[in-house]
Amino acid sequence: MSRTLLIAEHDGKQLNPSTAKALTGALAVGHPVDIAVFAADAGPVAEQAASLEGADKVLKVERAENEHPLAATLAPQIEALAADYSHVFMPSTTFGKDVMPRAAALLGSPQVSDIMEVLDAHSFKRPIYANNVIVTVKAPSDTVVTGTIRTASFKDAPAGGQAEITDKSLDVELPGHSRFVELEVHKSDRPDLQSAQRVVSGGRGVGNKENFEIIYRIADKLGAGVGASRAAVDAGFVPNDMQVGQTGKIVAPELYMCFGISGAIQHVTGIKDAGTIVAVNKDPDAPIFEIADIGLVGDLFEIIPELEEKLG
Amino acid sequence: MKILVPIKRTIDYNIKAKVTRDGSGVVTDGVKMSINPFDEIALEEAIRIKERGEAEEIIAVSIGVSGAQQQLRTALAMGADRAILVETEEATQPLHAARILLKIREEEGTDLVLMGKQAIDDDANQTGQMLAALWGRPQATFTSKLTFEDGWLKATREVDAGLETIAVELPAVVTTDLRLNEPRFVKMPDIMKAKRKPLDQRKLEELGVEAPAKLEVGTHEPPPERKGGHKVESVDELVAELKERGVLS
Ligand SMILES: Cc1cc2nc3c(=O)[nH]c(=O)nc-3n(C[C@H](O)[C@H](O)[C@H](O)COP(=O)(O)OP(=O)(O)OC[C@H]3O[C@@H](n4cnc5c(N)ncnc54)[C@H](O)[C@@H]3O)c2cc1C
Repeated sequence: MSRTLLIAEHDGKQLNPSTAKALTGALAVGHPVDIAVFAADAGPVAEQAASLEGADKVLKVERAENEHPLAATLAPQIEALAADYSHVFMPSTTFGKDVMPRAAALLGSPQVSDIMEVLDAHSFKRPIYANNVIVTVKAPSDTVVTGTIRTASFKDAPAGGQAEITDKSLDVELPGHSRFVELEVHKSDRPDLQSAQRVVSGGRGVGNKENFEIIYRIADKLGAGVGASRAAVDAGFVPNDMQVGQTGKIVAPELYMCFGISGAIQHVTGIKDAGTIVAVNKDPDAPIFEIADIGLVGDLFEIIPELEEKLG
Repeated sequence: MKILVPIKRTIDYNIKAKVTRDGSGVVTDGVKMSINPFDEIALEEAIRIKERGEAEEIIAVSIGVSGAQQQLRTALAMGADRAILVETEEATQPLHAARILLKIREEEGTDLVLMGKQAIDDDANQTGQMLAALWGRPQATFTSKLTFEDGWLKATREVDAGLETIAVELPAVVTTDLRLNEPRFVKMPDIMKAKRKPLDQRKLEELGVEAPAKLEVGTHEPPPERKGGHKVESVDELVAELKERGVLS
């Protein structure tokens, strides 16, 4: 049986953009791809998944326990569903990173993390050492292939599909040892970092939380998502979900502009897939200039206002 | 409560890994090796839990080459009570490591396994989740805040959407994110004291753990170079070039 299962990521109402990118990666294997939506009420999300071009079937797995995505309850259900598939994938987001390995272990499958390229049905390329090395790995052919798909490496599957939606009930006993308590979402009207066409980031050089306003302002002028370095997050300038890099988000915008970021390898890992990288830093020897397409040496507090003005 | 803290020996995080000439791996000769930074955070957290009187013993365990004794000695100097090295020349993959850790956990009877969310060499981010699955116990991954109450633990997790809090019943596996704490520096007297702490060396073969299916690791290559561009002298030049590139209209 050559068939691929992709687990949808969503918040109960909206399909997360990572799913459309992961679908493109999953389709590269060359088999039909079904998308599973685990939820208490999977209806709206299933509709959105069904409209992605390339999806074969959308499976709704509805159950009260699926209201919040907990690895301990999702993994046994994925294990049960996997019986009908040769490949099981999730996006390489914090959701996929949490859940997929737990399901892979139940399936006895050595997982391929952060798939960036599909070479054939069992061979993949993936980044290691903070993206400084790319390795080719081959999954065994006698177990189901499991993996997470690096969303920055694939384009969105386009809309326009009309996959059939079916209900799937799984007779699986779920543990009661894990409970969802709360999710503190940092609300923002700005574009989502991982799918934004433009991203503006600030680092330690921005100085403090109040000064970060200048980053938001130039971002809004550009219609950009806003990111930050770890140092800026650790110092409390911005919330954690804005961190870009090895342990934060991997972004792939057309334009990435960073201000007051030195360019540590862990940060650069997160931006290598960007189209054009612009760096503004007052230190002419900052490592960020080694990878930036366009560098400008100077004080960000002088450059940003001037840039705002010139952008009209 | 006893806490098990897995410690992986990895290339120091300040060093940019280079592919060997034959593409079979990365250069490690003469390269500084350290404790995987996420594991160091896990150990620091274990020590703080013990200092608060919520744990009695911390056992550090490493799976790897004999040289990993060095990282275990550092762990002992930081505050682990004893250490175990499961010695193997083979680079164990996450599923295998999870099985080995499961075995050690069983032998030691620890209620909490506190470990790094990923190792900065293979960046797999799998072992903790796999251990929890094989053990049939809960997992709290990417944790940036951890508290205990009545046999349960509450973990705040760094997720893409923000901060998620979950409650899980002990025993459990917790994996750490960077913001959980800032690890202490080891002091000279602690290094001396650590020399007298027990470090048990065992051969992987003697553990009786069956090796699972694994990925065949092929060629290593450097990523496509981003041709670093050039510097411009003014905001005007910057704007002009962005327009030329078509990223600004
Ligand atoms: C395991 C691990 C994982 C990590 N993961 C990440 C990650 O995911 N993302 C991440 O970003 N980091 C990560 N880091 C941290 C990383 O190593 C760096 O410490 C961090 O990226 C530094 O942030 P920064 O560039 O903002 O700060 P700094 O390195 O302090 O740089 C600040 C820069 O601002 C410049 N500057 C100061 N004032 C001005 C001004 N007025 N105008 C213009 N420029 C100015 C300075 O010249 C300097 O270059 C990780 C580290 C480890 C160990």
